Amino acid sequence: MSLSVLAQEAAANGIDNKGLAALTYGLGAIGPGIGIGYLVGQSVQAMARQPEAAGMVRTTMFLGIAFVEALALIGFVVFFLGGA
Amino acid sequence: MTAPVVAARDLGPATERQVAADLVRRGLLALPVVAAVGALAWGLDGLASVALAAGLVLANFWLSAALLAWAARISLGLLMGVALFGFLLRLGLISAVVLAVADQPWLEPLPLGITLVVSHLGLLIWETRYVSASLAFPGLKPSPPEE
Repeated sequence: MSLSVLAQEAAANGIDNKGLAALTYGLGAIGPGIGIGYLVGQSVQAMARQPEAAGMVRTTMFLGIAFVEALALIGFVVFFLGGA
Repeated sequence: MTAPVVAARDLGPATERQVAADLVRRGLLALPVVAAVGALAWGLDGLASVALAAGLVLANFWLSAALLAWAARISLGLLMGVALFGFLLRLGLISAVVLAVADQPWLEPLPLGITLVVSHLGLLIWETRYVSASLAFPGLKPSPPEE
């Protein structure tokens, strides 16, 4: 189901701005979830194969997670400013 | 032919804690400037909103590092789970705190939202510059503590 169809359904069913903002926040959190899963999976594999490089991998992983989280944070702020 | 050695956990130094401590230190250094901007533009309400958002960002970094460092010492599988559920937990905590105070008269939504995003990204970019430099040029790394 495309986003335009979702928007039309929302309009037809009387969903207000708050509902749409919450839906957008939920959809926006999917991407970072996938991103963190992929990032940590690859990092764990790297640490398991090369334990001597674990310090560097963990530093990069932590910063990567925080950068990906910024996307979810932006989604939350848009939800808060737009709908709440 | 020997089987490859696969590590199941990492007992090395908790680098996440070092990075998070750096982030918090830099955040506290920048906080007076950001708070002053909030106070000038939105008054005392802006100051309170900016302080709340900055506190949330710093607490988020600290909690993330503490959870990851704890899990890495136990098992790499747990690290995977903690990273994913930690993401959910921390996002839920931020949402709960912000929504809990959303109706308070002193809350200014705009400075709160701007501070959440800008301070999170700004601190990360600041830290990444340092980390990138120290990984590329190991000579720039701070010397290990004297024993």
